[in-house]
Amino acid sequence: MIVASGLKYQARELKIVGTRPLRPDGVDKVTGRARYGADISLPGQLIGKVLRSPHAHARIKSIDTSAAAALPGVKAVISRDDFADMAEEYAAAGELTINFRDVTRNMMAREKVLYDGHPVAAVAATSEAIARAALKLIKVDYEILPHVIDVIAALRPDAPLLHEEQYTEGVNPRPARPSNLAKRLEFARGNVEAGFAAADTIVEREFTTKPVHQGYIEPQACLASYSEDGQAELWTSTQGHFVFRAQCAKLLQMEISKIRVTPTEIGGGFGGKNNIYNEPLAIALSRKSHRPVKMVMTREEVFRATGPTSGGHVKVRLGATRDGRITAATAELSFQAGAFPGSSVAPASMCAFTRYDLENVRVIGNDVTVNRPKVAAYRAPGAPIAAFAVESAIDEMAKKLGIAPIEFRLINAAREGTQTYYGPKLGKIGYIETLEAARAHPHYRAPLGPGHGRGIATGFWFNIGNETTAALNINEDGTATLIMGTIDVAGGSRAAMAMMVAEELGIPFDRVRPHIGDTSSLGFNFITAGSRGTFAGGMACVVAARDAIEKLRDRVARIREVPLEAVLWKDGHAVPAEGSARQFAPMSLAEIAGQAGKTGGPIAGHAELNVQGAGPGFGAHIVDVEVDRQTGSIKILRYTAVQDVGRAIHPAYVEGQLQGGVVQGIGWALNEEYVYDADGILANPGFLDYRIPVASDLPFIDTVIVEVANPNHPYGVRGCGEVPIIAPLAAIANAVENALGIRFYDLPMAPPKVLQAIDEAAAAASKA
Amino acid sequence: MARILLSSSLTPYTGGETELELNVANVAQLFQALGARYPRLRQQLETDLAVAIDGEIYQDALLQAIAGDSEVFLFPKIAGG
Amino acid sequence: MAKHHVSATVNGDGVEFLCATDQTLLEVLRDELHLNGTKEGCGTGDCGACSVMLDGRLVCSCLVLGVEAEGRRIETIEGMAVGQELHVLQRKFLEHAALQCGICTPGILIAARALLARNPDPTEAEVRYWLAGNLCRCTGYHKIVEAVQDAAREMRGA
Repeated sequence: MIVASGLKYQARELKIVGTRPLRPDGVDKVTGRARYGADISLPGQLIGKVLRSPHAHARIKSIDTSAAAALPGVKAVISRDDFADMAEEYAAAGELTINFRDVTRNMMAREKVLYDGHPVAAVAATSEAIARAALKLIKVDYEILPHVIDVIAALRPDAPLLHEEQYTEGVNPRPARPSNLAKRLEFARGNVEAGFAAADTIVEREFTTKPVHQGYIEPQACLASYSEDGQAELWTSTQGHFVFRAQCAKLLQMEISKIRVTPTEIGGGFGGKNNIYNEPLAIALSRKSHRPVKMVMTREEVFRATGPTSGGHVKVRLGATRDGRITAATAELSFQAGAFPGSSVAPASMCAFTRYDLENVRVIGNDVTVNRPKVAAYRAPGAPIAAFAVESAIDEMAKKLGIAPIEFRLINAAREGTQTYYGPKLGKIGYIETLEAARAHPHYRAPLGPGHGRGIATGFWFNIGNETTAALNINEDGTATLIMGTIDVAGGSRAAMAMMVAEELGIPFDRVRPHIGDTSSLGFNFITAGSRGTFAGGMACVVAARDAIEKLRDRVARIREVPLEAVLWKDGHAVPAEGSARQFAPMSLAEIAGQAGKTGGPIAGHAELNVQGAGPGFGAHIVDVEVDRQTGSIKILRYTAVQDVGRAIHPAYVEGQLQGGVVQGIGWALNEEYVYDADGILANPGFLDYRIPVASDLPFIDTVIVEVANPNHPYGVRGCGEVPIIAPLAAIANAVENALGIRFYDLPMAPPKVLQAIDEAAAAASKA
Repeated sequence: MARILLSSSLTPYTGGETELELNVANVAQLFQALGARYPRLRQQLETDLAVAIDGEIYQDALLQAIAGDSEVFLFPKIAGG
Repeated sequence: MAKHHVSATVNGDGVEFLCATDQTLLEVLRDELHLNGTKEGCGTGDCGACSVMLDGRLVCSCLVLGVEAEGRRIETIEGMAVGQELHVLQRKFLEHAALQCGICTPGILIAARALLARNPDPTEAEVRYWLAGNLCRCTGYHKIVEAVQDAAREMRGA
């Protein structure tokens, strides 16, 4: 069976999809048996550690590793000289295209260090204590350069320049001088000048957000073993073992077949484990030392050197008529890319207004290099920043027009056939259904307590497909072993995949055992990102299951000596087609499997796809807040997240995605931020000072699952992991405005900032 | 001839053009024709672009057929977290 | 530098190990005793992933030195199930979908068991404040709180 891109949705009665069985990885996780990155060890392994830049920006004049290499117990020391330089070469990975010239420089600094925490050298030693001692013996001579962190400061003509050869891409003519503006994007549709001229009311505002970290609880960890015949094995906590293999091969100039990557259980990713960090260093150290090398990051290293998201600056302008129709919308988004180009400003620009059906739009996106770690994807990369600005402005506009914010959104809502400003028309989507479900929810009409405020905001994300493979082996006893190529990035996609396969085969859920294959067991898979796990992975599993069913039918046709079309697959059995002249005794999956070896060999199904047809997801959130006027602290009293997920394969795990995404959004809105000191050094690289939400900060997060099936998936799946983080930032800001009458344009809305705003408002009121 | 529409974000690479007609049978031929016409677009074509053919989005689908009367939209690829 | 010889009880079994002066109990559990169920999320006592019981008291094992374990009783996640029988909390975490990536789960289970030992009928707020030292980035805590309260109900026989 050849399926070019995938299967279409068919409504039918389901037995397993939509139920709530226990996740196959669950028992190992509650008993401590599950093996994460740091839990893998090999006999004779060394411990690898990285020397990191103490400066935000400096030229490396020299690196002397001789004293470190001479320390007893040190088996290998590496620095820039151990890696080949890379030319400009682009590849797809994570949220944006990567350039290998930059990837090699981010992995190990070459000419300059570009951020506090930038790797400069690495050692492998017989113990962690010796490795740490060796790092102290490495002498690096730096010429310290002026640095820049803030995105607007980095755009000034006199700003310190990170890359002397960086001329802004996307502008005509090419600029005469290099700058920190790596790329400028512009999306336009219609005539915004005419649109604003037709408006009765205009809202124009500027918003800023601070960089925040994905905050997975498991620090990056990997183990590499390089053998004398040039083969490397790598165990690592990753969202994309095939992409890691490809990048390690490129950076280390190895053939892809000589690297085998086994993904460990992953202790949270959220986009932050899309990118290689220590993996090529561990392989290089193992190659040099002839010993396995294990590298586990500390929490401080995770904060200083791995992927936060961008801090952003967004200007929004909206025009609308008195009756609530938006006539024009513009936005300029400037995002920190970190030390190398490639922020999420492109998808953010494409998401900014895509919840609305607009005639006249212009969105400009600026990708800006600054002296911070290169940003990594974080759950709907960039979309929360854009939505914070746009959904705040929408709220303000609705209030100016005297229209309920949810009605204002409904008047302007995108629907099937809406022309986007970045590309195609939208296909079948469920934004209106989502808004209507929010409006119908009891929370929407519940009375508010004194001083409480309620806010609403919405989010949109594309979702994606990409290269995906799976193999389904029918075992001798009629059970099935499913080998997936996508990672179960914690959401429970192993359960969802096994459920879809069990549904297809017509056997109980617990007869299908899913495993994630290493890179030698399947063809290439793109990183598990863009909410593609259950959508694209599920597509591959269903295609593999149907491939196996075809082979099972064919086998039965031959065993029973009937034509193939006389054999149907139903409820786990090969049965005679209704009304067929060629009746035969049905055979169960177990019976066929038991005879498979003697009737032609084992039976398996396969899928090797580039999955197309991802269905966009929309969410609408309602939040109630209370602001403590003495401390400036904002308390979330009630939260309801409504989202069109296409189809919830396992509703409990979908609810978990919504709840987790919302709470990350709450952290982004209220507490989380990277704080840099005057020297550009990260001042809060730990969970004590970088405060993510804890249980006592939160109420229960109510969820409403809307199901407008994606026509391009056999079970209607859209993907659900990213949308829930988009709306909370604006929803909470809108609720705070409703409670206090003060609108916040800068995140986080941390107590000192809120208190100052309350005090200023009180002072202004007393003067008036 | 298929009607080809380019996202406004690509105008810096196409001398401002956003719409043209091409006689191409699939995405590979489309990309080749566009690369010949707009040399500055070549790197984008290699790694950065998705197409929507009559409303259906395709990423990395060089062999996807384009009908003579198709409307094809080129725009930046999407990934995610 | 000579290592210290330490004798302790882990999950009811007597153990002996050698540890360096600066080695934490967490490092001893993971690297010397190969009990990998206790996780390191921060190493600074902020995330609770390394929670264990030390003489019946809930501690972050990254803040305790290995040598401090001398003569003491340690309980880790590996001792929570009895044979094939999962602890009620473990079962309820599965039933309520109270875990996703699972890296925080061992620490939260240990902490939740300690809560229910001193308070068999905690309110939602009591569960939330007790678990405030255990970070979870996946779940938003919703299903964790539900699982703990449901486990408490079952353990009380209510």
